[in-house]
Amino acid sequence: MKYEAVIGLEVHAQLQTNTKIFCRCETRFGEEANTRTCPVCIGMPGVLPMLNKKAVEYIVKTGLATHCTVSPYSRFARKNYFYPDLPKGYQISQYELPVCERGYVEIVVDGKIKRIGLTRIHLEEDAGKNLHQAESGASLVDLNRAGTPLMEIVSEPDIRTAEEASEYLKKLRSILRYIEVSDADMEKGNFRCDANVSIRPVGSTEFGTRAEVKNVNSFKYVQKALEYEIKRQAQILDEGGKVIQETRLFDSSKGVTFSMRSKEEAHDYRYFPEPDLVPIVVAKETVAEIAKTIPELPDAKRDRFVKDYGVPEYDADMLTQSRALAAYFEESVRLSGQPKVVSNWMMGELMRLLNGEGKEIEDCPIRPDRLAGMIKMINDGVISTKIAKTVFEEMYKTGKDAETVVQEQGLVQVSDSGAIEQIIADVIKANPSQAADYKAGKEKLFGFFVGQVMKASKGKANPDLVNQLLKKKLSE
Amino acid sequence: MELYQLTIHELHDMLKKGETTSEAITESVLSRIKAVDGKVKAYITVTEEVARAQAREADKRIKAGDTSSPLLGIPIAVKDNMCTDGIKTTCASKILGNFVPPYDATVVRNLKQAGYVLCGKPNMDEFAMGSSTENSGFFITRNPWDLERIPGGSSGGSAAAVAAGECIGSLGSDTGGSIRQPASCCGVVGLKPTYGRVSRFGLVAFASSLDQIGPITKDVIDAALLMNVISGHDERDSTSANIPSPDYTKALKKDVKGMKVGLPKEYFIEGMDPAVEKAVRDAVKTLEGLGAKVVQVSLPHTDYAVATYYILATSEARSNLARYDGVKYGYRTQSPKDLMDMYMKSRAEGFGPEVKRRIMLGTYALSAGYYDAYYKKGQQVRTLIKRDFDEAFKAVDVIATPTAPTAAFKIGEKSSDPLQMYLSDIFTISVNLAGIPGISIPCGFTSSNLPIGLQLLGKHFDEEAILHAAFAYEQATEWHKKRAKL
Repeated sequence: MKYEAVIGLEVHAQLQTNTKIFCRCETRFGEEANTRTCPVCIGMPGVLPMLNKKAVEYIVKTGLATHCTVSPYSRFARKNYFYPDLPKGYQISQYELPVCERGYVEIVVDGKIKRIGLTRIHLEEDAGKNLHQAESGASLVDLNRAGTPLMEIVSEPDIRTAEEASEYLKKLRSILRYIEVSDADMEKGNFRCDANVSIRPVGSTEFGTRAEVKNVNSFKYVQKALEYEIKRQAQILDEGGKVIQETRLFDSSKGVTFSMRSKEEAHDYRYFPEPDLVPIVVAKETVAEIAKTIPELPDAKRDRFVKDYGVPEYDADMLTQSRALAAYFEESVRLSGQPKVVSNWMMGELMRLLNGEGKEIEDCPIRPDRLAGMIKMINDGVISTKIAKTVFEEMYKTGKDAETVVQEQGLVQVSDSGAIEQIIADVIKANPSQAADYKAGKEKLFGFFVGQVMKASKGKANPDLVNQLLKKKLSE
Repeated sequence: MELYQLTIHELHDMLKKGETTSEAITESVLSRIKAVDGKVKAYITVTEEVARAQAREADKRIKAGDTSSPLLGIPIAVKDNMCTDGIKTTCASKILGNFVPPYDATVVRNLKQAGYVLCGKPNMDEFAMGSSTENSGFFITRNPWDLERIPGGSSGGSAAAVAAGECIGSLGSDTGGSIRQPASCCGVVGLKPTYGRVSRFGLVAFASSLDQIGPITKDVIDAALLMNVISGHDERDSTSANIPSPDYTKALKKDVKGMKVGLPKEYFIEGMDPAVEKAVRDAVKTLEGLGAKVVQVSLPHTDYAVATYYILATSEARSNLARYDGVKYGYRTQSPKDLMDMYMKSRAEGFGPEVKRRIMLGTYALSAGYYDAYYKKGQQVRTLIKRDFDEAFKAVDVIATPTAPTAAFKIGEKSSDPLQMYLSDIFTISVNLAGIPGISIPCGFTSSNLPIGLQLLGKHFDEEAILHAAFAYEQATEWHKKRAKL
């Protein structure tokens, strides 16, 4: 049978506030264990939480950036469970009344825009960390992270494939970075994702039984875990079995998910309103003030790029992934006047080189003026597009501008008809049987001759000119 | 007259005039503790050395001419559930038996600023759960008026210490009557402020939405003086109200002409001690005689208060007590099998039976599938109870009731019947659910010479009205001048 997956994601994003959500401890990491703590975040008797206003501002900003309704009145709740890294025996979170509700995020799938609904976004505190020492077998608790502000962003079950899930996460990350509320770095653990996955026969509108997959800590793993989980559930159904509701963990080394606990063993969190904190009241004026601080967001930028620069939707979506990338594009376009060419270079060579080194656009050694300079050299016929690739790579490696690279390496395009004619004559002479075949009607061989000429010119011959002269020469 | 027998304001006058010193007062209180605490057992910790040092400090300030603070140099006892920096704070629980907080509760910080002398940390029901101080994890405190009887609870030690002259005044905490009921049992004044009037920072939580710190004193003036020091907004407690607190002594006027005193019919019930009913009705007559107008009012949801309270308070408590796991501080079991065994045994051995009972009640009430029937319903009834008071206060300025249905009962009399014990708070519990202020003042004695308390209730943040009525009544009577003979 053919199935479709129904996926909802819960993302925990750490807010980049200077201090923790309910005390004034710094949120710095990589410090010595238990040095960024105080009586409040380690849950000493008698102490009380004190809400960090910046955290509220950031979640409101996030809500506005994802088309959510920002509630004028929301409140905290206690999520009661016992774990060594949770000092109070409960996590201060939100339950019935979250700060943000009913929003959406747009992703591009097969060149089309798809909306992924957001159920809610709420504030909560992070727990500490258990550190397991292999040598001694001891488990240690570090509470530096306890009380770090988190947003939990819950999507609607609108996602259908592992790829969509990955696109959704990328878009979410991009929005959070645009509005500067979270580093949203999955590898560093400040952007974590749990997935609810079920499958159903294509065409069905009912939901299947879902499994929750936890502990997926990179974009790659999200996709792998979901693909595995979808396959696993399909196999169960095909064999006439039933998917059971459970929580599963992803094992990244084996690429599989495995059962952690069944529904029967699920925690009863005994949520109830947190009596130590007054409700969060966000005035309309405050929302309006915060709205003013939101820059142009990826979707709006994408639409503008499509409209103003005529780049394809997919390219525009990629180019607007980060503010820096989009700024790089716009600056290069401003300097070169050629949006499509800039887009092609960025989407192709530039991304390839950056990704190869795991670098961000901010670290790119080729600045927009240099890219524009190179494009100009192509336009002026100084170098061919093919040679430009070599030039570009050299610019990236050495940090030099295009002109210097071209000069140093003698890569100037040969547009001298005489010189090219000479090469063509030599090539025809060296391949008499092919020349005869071509003349006898085997026109496919034209490509062969172009290749030989380019090879002989070390790629420097102007390709248009080569085409033109070769046609002439071969038909003589 | 010994110094320990005097009030805060009397001693302040003497200190101002140079007639005594804080050291002398402190020594008087400390020797009184030595003399009688073996019988009363009001204290878990007596802070002799701290008291002497603070007294010397106070005397220096007085010598330098600084006598503006009425609490300067006055020995005060602070209930053992309020954190005192560097001084053991146990909540009368084995689980916190060795806990020394590295911070002061906000009320303690305020008292320090006022130059008080800490004379000790009084006994209480474990985690403030109880009405007799019999639930202390350490020992039972006795009523100074009759050592065979309970001092009330949970602030039993705080009330007994004031009544026995083992401190000049004290702080208690009140979640369902824990200041007012022991004050009534011990023949002293106890005030539970409006929820949010006094910071709860550093008060070890029992039920966060109900807990409130307040003074226990020998008379109403002293209550107002302590209120001046402890009340006010605290940014460390987001539930503390950000409104200015008045000078409560300004509310102390003898004239109650035109004041409307409500008498709720639901508070005079079958089974209450006739002596209590008579004393309270007489007290209301006294107020009437002073010019107040008595109005019948109704608080129709009173019957549901105890049940509502035990659902909400235990739900919060089970969550508040989850942190005591024997890891970072407090009691840890000896030689556990493994980690889980350590957690379970530390809690099993560290908590007393009443605390465990309430943890189980709260765990049940919040369980999936029961939440709507218990916790949520409880919150709805709480709203109705609050509305009862709002409605009644449209017609009256204060409401007068008995503080407790009986005077102090015998030790052991109710300890095997939790429900009977819970009913000793029947007149005080609604007040916490509604969040309004209440005061208990002495209004007579039973035939066996046990004190009876009159409870006066006010609107939210109108402590002034109840202090006013209480002061006028006190001025017209002599009850507050009687001292327990030990």
